[in-house]
Amino acid sequence: MIPELGQFALALALCLALIQATLPLLGAARGRADWMALARPAAAGQFVFVAIAFGVLEYGFLTDDFSIEFVALHSNSALPAFYKFTAAWGGHEGSMLFWIAILAIWTMAVAAFSRSQPDEFVSRVLGVLGIVSAGIIAFALLTSNPFVRLTPAAFDGNDLNPLLQDPGMIFHPPMLYLGYVGMSVPFAFAVAALLTGRLDKNWAKWTRPWTVAAWVFLTIGITLGSWWAYYELGWGGWWFWDPVENSSFMPWLMATALLHSLAVTERRGIFKSWTVLLAIGAFSLSLLGTFLTRSGVIISVHAFASDPTRGLFILAILGLICGGALLLYAMRARYLEAEGGFKLVSREAFLMANNILFVIATGAVLWGTLNPLIIDALGLGKISVGVPWFNIMFLLPMLPLATLLGVGMHTAWKQMAAEPLLHRLRWPAAIAVVAGIALPLAIFGTTSVLTAVAVTIGIWVCASAALDPVRKLISRTGGPLTRAQLGMCLAHFGVGVFILGATVASAYNLEFDTSARPGDRIQAGGYEFVFRGLRTANGANFVADEGEFELRKGDDLIAVLTPQKRVYRVQQTPMTEAAINTNLARDIFVALGEPLGDNAWSLRIQVKPLIGFLWLGSALMALGGLLAVTDRRYRLIRQEQAATNAAAQQTIGAA
Amino acid sequence: MWRYVVPLIVFATMSGFFVVGLQRNPNYIPSALIGKPIPQFSLPSLTDPSATVSTETLQGQVALVNVWGTWCIECRHEHAFLVELARAGLPIYGLNAKDDRGAALDWLAALGNPYVSSGFDPEGVAIIDWGVTAAPETFLVGRDGTILHKHISPMTPQVWQRDFLPLIKEQCGASGCTFLAAVGGQ
Amino acid sequence: MTPRRQRMMLIGLVLVGVVVSATLALRAFQENLVYFFSPTQVAGGEAPERAFRLGGMVVEKSVQREPGSLTVHFVLTDFANTVPVSYTGLLPDLFREGQGIVAIGQLQGETFVADEVLAKHDENYMPPEVAEAVAKARGAETQ
Repeated sequence: MIPELGQFALALALCLALIQATLPLLGAARGRADWMALARPAAAGQFVFVAIAFGVLEYGFLTDDFSIEFVALHSNSALPAFYKFTAAWGGHEGSMLFWIAILAIWTMAVAAFSRSQPDEFVSRVLGVLGIVSAGIIAFALLTSNPFVRLTPAAFDGNDLNPLLQDPGMIFHPPMLYLGYVGMSVPFAFAVAALLTGRLDKNWAKWTRPWTVAAWVFLTIGITLGSWWAYYELGWGGWWFWDPVENSSFMPWLMATALLHSLAVTERRGIFKSWTVLLAIGAFSLSLLGTFLTRSGVIISVHAFASDPTRGLFILAILGLICGGALLLYAMRARYLEAEGGFKLVSREAFLMANNILFVIATGAVLWGTLNPLIIDALGLGKISVGVPWFNIMFLLPMLPLATLLGVGMHTAWKQMAAEPLLHRLRWPAAIAVVAGIALPLAIFGTTSVLTAVAVTIGIWVCASAALDPVRKLISRTGGPLTRAQLGMCLAHFGVGVFILGATVASAYNLEFDTSARPGDRIQAGGYEFVFRGLRTANGANFVADEGEFELRKGDDLIAVLTPQKRVYRVQQTPMTEAAINTNLARDIFVALGEPLGDNAWSLRIQVKPLIGFLWLGSALMALGGLLAVTDRRYRLIRQEQAATNAAAQQTIGAA
Repeated sequence: MWRYVVPLIVFATMSGFFVVGLQRNPNYIPSALIGKPIPQFSLPSLTDPSATVSTETLQGQVALVNVWGTWCIECRHEHAFLVELARAGLPIYGLNAKDDRGAALDWLAALGNPYVSSGFDPEGVAIIDWGVTAAPETFLVGRDGTILHKHISPMTPQVWQRDFLPLIKEQCGASGCTFLAAVGGQ
Repeated sequence: MTPRRQRMMLIGLVLVGVVVSATLALRAFQENLVYFFSPTQVAGGEAPERAFRLGGMVVEKSVQREPGSLTVHFVLTDFANTVPVSYTGLLPDLFREGQGIVAIGQLQGETFVADEVLAKHDENYMPPEVAEAVAKARGAETQ
């Protein structure tokens, strides 16, 4: 009975989404206030019913309702409670419902925080969001219904995929989905602008915080995914240029370009059609990612189970939404142009370079990801693109970008003389060059040209980003930095930290496989690993072989590491649970392989310097974005607008 | 002015490749045993432990061998269709793998029993010989005791029409099969 | 130099830069394209000298570990031909006999020496490229 309620709620949500998708847009075109006024209530109603549907699914999980096929496929009575909750997005059907729920949340947020905007514009934005909602809900109801029933009910469930039974999995999909579903908001703003035929600095001022908010979630989501893969998959890698990873990374690259482009549009009123194109592109890449990971068209070790019918449906949605937006762009974008010049040494120029380099990087990743598909479609064979190509093609635009970043941050708008700029940056530059070459040599003893260059650039970015805050701190002249400015410095500082982490962890990574018996001592990277022995460990739904290792440096015992080789009882699949000793300077990794006979086990040991900087840098980026979003000027604008509205009311009242 | 059309053209081209790419994914995986004789096995019958289901049971007839278990959620999707085929007269034998006898019998009682008989294989030893890696899997065996086809994932009417019927018609050819017309053969 | 000439020089430089980058990129791309071959193709001598992907099913009871070492030997098949594979290191969790896997490495003599072994993480246990190769091999056999 209750699962049917969930399906019914979803169907109602679809009806409301269709209303939200059609009447407000028609109303805006025809100037009918009553139709436009339907936008917010329709969005609210859709949200309520989507919430009910999702709640019903979670209820099914938490009450072990194995009459629901999806619950039976992804849960088990022995599964710990919070994994039962997260299992809702552990498979295709549930994760699509989750996608829909997140979109409903963003739609509600837009509906709530847009009171100061003209109705015509808001109804268009909500209308476009309604189109996206309607398309995805229709997809879920028609091809991916999570409420399909089993009669009679299954006795117990198939258990959640052991890879997903992990704390990181609680947060990674929600953050990721909040991010790339959130890209629908700037997309809707952009399409609304094309429909209105007008785009001004005000538009940019309003689109920007939504973009940054979605960007923050996307950054956190991708970082969590990378971190989760790092410690959960047991092998110490953190980025594989796998198509599923690329699917979330490309929207991030576009979103970063977008938020920089919006800065220019907000400040100078130029780059208008370009910003609109980036907004359409970022969301299109999000939808493309959804398509790639669920249709089976791309070969990946991470993909959901493939189903060509679903693939065609998603492709149809992709075509409708992105194709439609791009068609609108082709027809209307030329009316958005504006004049506004800038010189070679100006912030606009640097931001334009930023955008160009980001687009090149995105294009390269897209090319590498889609190429196997294209080659296969042309019948030319089955290929895959090696990781080195992605690394080269990504670094080529990104290293110059990082270098320019350090300069661009301090460049004035419209134009600036080169000399004062260079003079200002003399200390960061000097520190970077000296430390970049000296530090790797001093700490690790060797370096390569690429490593030295990358480390230099990393330090350069950090130093340049810290310059203004440090100067303010020292001289205490002028006003304090605004949150937006501080956010920018923090985020860019995070970029530098990230570059340092990625470079050092890649260049100086120590990794090897070996075999050991209890009692053996292994020396590596200045540490000693003492294999104490093996025992059996029991978890709620698994049984494991657990090894005990002492981690020593010299005479000091640093930690006892207990890597496990688990076997989950229901699915009978083995799973490696690596033991990691973490601090900011390095991670030490021990993973069990398999028994080699004669009491010996194969092991993988890794010493990964500065890998913590990857997560730290990303966290700083996200924090910087968060600071920027909460800048005073957004609250001020609302107060101003509220005051204007109040004054207008009074005038009307007096008349 | 034309530069604004470029993104649309790029998108359209990509979509074209995707549509082609979607058509090009065969999802069937042949077995090493196709064309080879039925593996040697002998299992107690699920319903009557004193009887056996073995290689001998399958000799000399065209039949389906279906791997199933109460733990197999996907198997539900094909069960009704199997019952239909069985009702039409097609002999279907089951290999009940890694299951509990009581639960399996209850399952059949509740959902219907399409099997002439099911071999009970709680340890999963027979299914290794059959090269089974997941359930549901369905094999078509021929009169000469060879395996003609294997299908993984639930059996659907489409799969039946496309993959199984042509082979069955071939087998039944001259001598005809009583069930052929009923299952859509003529 | 006149501004016009300056601009021309700048455009020229940019163009040269673009052409050089594009050429380097394409070359790197070609070098990093890893082609997929099936055991039948390897048996037929089609496999190249450099690294490639070899996919197939792990033949039952073919996995053998060299005693006291991390090297493991097994056989991959597409049901028409087989290739012996050797790999030194830790195998992925999902690797087992009867599973479809992809190995990346080079052919040394008759044996494929793998640097990497990949097994797929979802309920479809055979990568589509392997399935297609197997289907092709089956088709060739019946002809």
